[in-house]
Amino acid sequence: MPTATTTPPPQLDDLMTLVPRKMVRARPLFDPQLMWRATRESFVKLNPVTLFKNPVIFVVEVGAALVTIFLLRDFFLGRPGIGFSLQISLWLWFTVLFANFAEAMAEARGKAQAETLRKAKTDSMARRVLSPGKTEIVPSSKLRAQDVVICEVGDIIPGDGEVMEGIATVDESVITGESAPVIRESGGDRSAVTGGTKVLSDQIRVRITSNPGETFLDRMIALVEGAERQKTPNEIALNILIAGMTLIFLLAVVTLQPFAVYAVNSAQAGTVPTVAVLVSLLVCLIPTTIGGLLSAIGIAGMDRVMQDNVLAMSGKAVEASGDVNTLLLDKTGTITLGNRQAVQFLPVEGVTGGELADAAQLASLADETPEGRSIVVLAKQQYSLRGRDVSEHEAHFIPFSAYTRMSGVDIDGRMLRKGATDAIIQFVTEKGGQVPANFTELSDGISRTGGTPLAVADGDRLLGIVHLKDIVKGGMRERLQQLRTMGIRSVMITGDNPLTAAAIANEAGVDDFLAQATPKDKMDYIKKEQAQGRLVAMTGDGTNDAPALAQADVGVAMNTGTMAAKEAGNMVDLDSNPTKLIEIVAIGKQLLITRGALTTFSILNDVSKYFAIIPAMFAATYPELDKLNIMRLHSPQSAVLAAVIFNALIIIALVPLALRGVHYKPQSAAAMLRRNLWIYGLGGFIAPFPCIYLIDRVLGILHLA
Amino acid sequence: MTMQGFVYIAVFFLVLLALTKPLGIFMAQVFEGRRTFLHPILRPLETLVYKFCGIRETSEQRWTQYSGSMIAFSLVSFLFVYAIQRLQGLLPLNPMHFSTSQAPGYATPLTPDLAFNTAVSFMTNTNWQAYGGEQTLSYLVQMAALTVQNFVSAAAGIAVVIALIRGFARKETNTIGNFWVDTTRATVYVLLPLSLLLALFLCFRGVPQTFKSYRTATTLEGATQNIAVGPVAGQEAIKMLGTNGGGFFNANSAHPYENPTPLTNFVEILTILAISSALTYTFGRMVEDTRQGWALFAAMAVLFFAGVFICYPSEGGGNPNLARLGVETKATDTQPGGNMEGKEVRFGIASSTLWATATTDASNGSVNSMHDSYTPLGGFIPLFNLQTDEVIFGGVGAGLYGMLLYAIVGVFIAGLMVGRTPEYLGKKIEQKEVKMAMVAIIATAFSILVFAAISAVIPFAKNGYWNPPGPAIANFGNPGAHGFSELLYTFSSASENNGSAFNGINVNTPWYNLMTGLAMLIGRFGFILPTLAIAGSLVAKKKVPTTSGTLPTHGALFVGLLVGVVVVIGALTFFPALSLGPLVEHFFMREGKLLSSLIIHAVWS
Repeated sequence: MPTATTTPPPQLDDLMTLVPRKMVRARPLFDPQLMWRATRESFVKLNPVTLFKNPVIFVVEVGAALVTIFLLRDFFLGRPGIGFSLQISLWLWFTVLFANFAEAMAEARGKAQAETLRKAKTDSMARRVLSPGKTEIVPSSKLRAQDVVICEVGDIIPGDGEVMEGIATVDESVITGESAPVIRESGGDRSAVTGGTKVLSDQIRVRITSNPGETFLDRMIALVEGAERQKTPNEIALNILIAGMTLIFLLAVVTLQPFAVYAVNSAQAGTVPTVAVLVSLLVCLIPTTIGGLLSAIGIAGMDRVMQDNVLAMSGKAVEASGDVNTLLLDKTGTITLGNRQAVQFLPVEGVTGGELADAAQLASLADETPEGRSIVVLAKQQYSLRGRDVSEHEAHFIPFSAYTRMSGVDIDGRMLRKGATDAIIQFVTEKGGQVPANFTELSDGISRTGGTPLAVADGDRLLGIVHLKDIVKGGMRERLQQLRTMGIRSVMITGDNPLTAAAIANEAGVDDFLAQATPKDKMDYIKKEQAQGRLVAMTGDGTNDAPALAQADVGVAMNTGTMAAKEAGNMVDLDSNPTKLIEIVAIGKQLLITRGALTTFSILNDVSKYFAIIPAMFAATYPELDKLNIMRLHSPQSAVLAAVIFNALIIIALVPLALRGVHYKPQSAAAMLRRNLWIYGLGGFIAPFPCIYLIDRVLGILHLA
Repeated sequence: MTMQGFVYIAVFFLVLLALTKPLGIFMAQVFEGRRTFLHPILRPLETLVYKFCGIRETSEQRWTQYSGSMIAFSLVSFLFVYAIQRLQGLLPLNPMHFSTSQAPGYATPLTPDLAFNTAVSFMTNTNWQAYGGEQTLSYLVQMAALTVQNFVSAAAGIAVVIALIRGFARKETNTIGNFWVDTTRATVYVLLPLSLLLALFLCFRGVPQTFKSYRTATTLEGATQNIAVGPVAGQEAIKMLGTNGGGFFNANSAHPYENPTPLTNFVEILTILAISSALTYTFGRMVEDTRQGWALFAAMAVLFFAGVFICYPSEGGGNPNLARLGVETKATDTQPGGNMEGKEVRFGIASSTLWATATTDASNGSVNSMHDSYTPLGGFIPLFNLQTDEVIFGGVGAGLYGMLLYAIVGVFIAGLMVGRTPEYLGKKIEQKEVKMAMVAIIATAFSILVFAAISAVIPFAKNGYWNPPGPAIANFGNPGAHGFSELLYTFSSASENNGSAFNGINVNTPWYNLMTGLAMLIGRFGFILPTLAIAGSLVAKKKVPTTSGTLPTHGALFVGLLVGVVVVIGALTFFPALSLGPLVEHFFMREGKLLSSLIIHAVWS
């Protein structure tokens, strides 16, 4: 039975881990340096060979080139109407540049981050072990997997590896941005070290596990830089949709030319629209807004995950996290504050509460574990017992040991002990004491409610029990409720017995729990969920978590965990905060919502553009169509130009939205759809009308058209 | 517009609604292979077909095999219909001696291009008629070729939608049913009994069913008149039920021998939409959530009413230019008012516009009035119905699978907005589905726009082989924008396998026969093959359990979304073309100008 004192001391205050720390000093979204870099990049990206991958913007570029060629022809032939064609041509080029800028802007942050990381990748020297007792100094780039190196104080660890021997404090701020050193030791779940980090104390022998160029740092650089970026399945599907829409509009515009020829001939009035006007119509109709911003949204989504100090191995993983149906959450550290706290003193018959509290407090004074501290605090709160200075007494503290399973103090001849109930019973009976009649009853009562009984004895007298309880993190219930509204089931994983597990599960409000969970249980649970079509996300750190992490659709490994766990998962949380899984899900959802919202917005924008351009195109042929000019744009040329300008500017205007993601708040799918349809559907339908109208007025005032 | 008219439309809809569930349940039983009340009578016939054709009833097909069977079946059908037309002069049941030296003077020669066009037309369930039935075809062709195709091409359409439904209903498998079995069952259990009932009813109301030759009558003025008759009732029934629409007579259901009374008129409109409407319920049953079927029904109903309530007031309002001349255009006790040009007096405006809407909501294409004579907005509705792929109840099978494709596109765009990989009925909508849905939508848009565009400008020598009247635009019945509407309607009707026409245009020339034939082929197979590919992709997928994070696809929100997607995609694709046709015509009419601006000044100044 687990007892209070077996819990290892926490490494970080759990509540603190909820506060995100940034890997890189948070840059403002539009850092001037990044903007400058992105502006340069947007011209480089004009290269049609690379732009070809973005069919929508590629069509715009071809259109812009076409208009420019006709413009040059007209210029050299001295034809009229150059001013209009020139403006159209310029705005079409701007459209391409704006789309490029959006993508470059999204990439710029990653590139800046990668540069910072690269600086950490200095080529250090390593002490390689040749045979027992014999070492040589080699550059770290010469190291291969399975080599063994020795690292001492001040050394940069030359590559990723496992600690084989020794224990050391390591500064991992290069990777995590966290300046507090961490402990790395052989065996167990804290044996992994990362190349580029620095040993601060002691000496360790490390077995290198990766070849140069394949280290964690290398992968991290590649990931943040976006060099390995592949389009995610969803992004590809959306690309197909907007390419299809582009094809439809290409058909609509290309066939409009012969239709116009017929109309002009039969009405014997007006002229067939020029190439500049037809291209303008095409560019306005094809979904340039989403086409221009699509890749930026994806990159920015990855970047947001990164800002949360999570390293996603692929965009696919981030996207999948939005789809997750089931979250497996470890109880300790995620649902509960990683340790139990004293909540009640339960004296046995014939003992007062004060007496029990006094003994328990004295026994805990030297106990620096959270449980120990919580007993001192509880005694103070309930019985106004202050923590006493024991130095003036003759006090001898007995530390906890796995063998005795109790701790305490020998003070002024008293032998105060606290510990697991069976251990204390044994202690008391050895001293010749009796177990009071209602002791078992009290102890069982606590177990039934999911608590842990901690028995307290004074020599041969059993005084009573301290009720230790898992404390569910503040706000966790609400967050789990939010998850439920979003249709995500939460499952608590714990090593506790089913009784304890059920009590905590009930208190936290999880949908299901897995008690006394072995790695195999976890694995089976994941497979069972997946067989029903669900997507499962989990966190893990130990080597025995690795198979489950690999099986899960989204597996977040803790950075403090073993290399095996990190390899198996598709994300690594550099803060090692298991609660972050919930944030990752939110980011995944936000990414998809942003894509859908901007696609809807982009498509519905077209309605207004038809009302601007179609009457303008046939102003001379069918003046009756001016009825469709509901914005009352002042001239045909101005109407076309205004639509094209709006189409270009809206891309730039939406770059912040694409990079930040649309506002997201957890709610049911129906509510979310209704909200987003109103904003981006209706908004996309209405917004362009006043904007095009205003641009038309400005063009008029400036005498540009 | 009259109160009676609105009541007529309302009653029509209520009867349609009432038929949906019982017929839907029946069809679900049929296609799930369960026993129905007709089994004692029809099961022997079904097994006879299997035995005769060597079909193994229990064998299942992957989507590729299913498509292959469908294509093979269509090809054989095409060859058979083509051959029997070309040989009709040598074959029996030809009392008027068409395609022989004794053919009457008014007979239309059955040229290879016309036979090709007709064969494609009936094989694709289009029933586009570049010919006048009573002037061209023998009874044998009408019955053995066309009527048979009316059954089986409709059954094939139903089979395809059933395969798609199985794609949603089944999971983690790779077969979507058996084309031969589905087609047989659709014919034997659904189309055959309903047609029999309807044919008997039509005979009872006065529709002829005879092998005798045309009658000659002497009119009151003493002139002789040829009265065409034939085995009409049988063909008429399946023409309506199978959303075929190809009339026995050139005047289609405006002809008193196809549609003699107001009662037959009502029943015939009803039969256009009955099976398609019921299929929405079949769909709900087969995916085990009837709310899903009703949601599709609701979206279709919204679009149906939108169409009727634009078309009917527009026709009922009539032409303002006549009103301006002092002509009474309001309905009175003695006259219907509005625009009666091209409409049968015995049917009136409400039932004519209801028919015009219903026949283009579906891929039926039969008419009881001439769409060419409608007011611009009144004619715009049938045209736009065609261009939105006839998903408002739609052709038997075709309407539902069209709507499901739109649902896939809608779910994909909107589904992203709830922050998940979009899913419909538990099936994830991914690359393959989006790609195939887009292919289908692009195929018909391509066919409509490209063929119309080429025809708008292509020059031909006068009296040449390809198009004797000269350039392709010389075939238009009207100049200017209305001529353009006729052209656009022609290729919309062909590409969408509808078969109705803006009748002013002369389409029986090699050019138009070939082009509309191609358009029909693209419209049929460019839509069905992607649909079956989607079925094949869906059937292999897991079913994701529904949670509160799943986009609900049964509420008003989804209905609105689906309506929006259909209208927006249709409008965005065809707005430029429509603005040069019906839209500009409408503004002409409002401003007191006639069809072409050329004539305006001559007449009105």
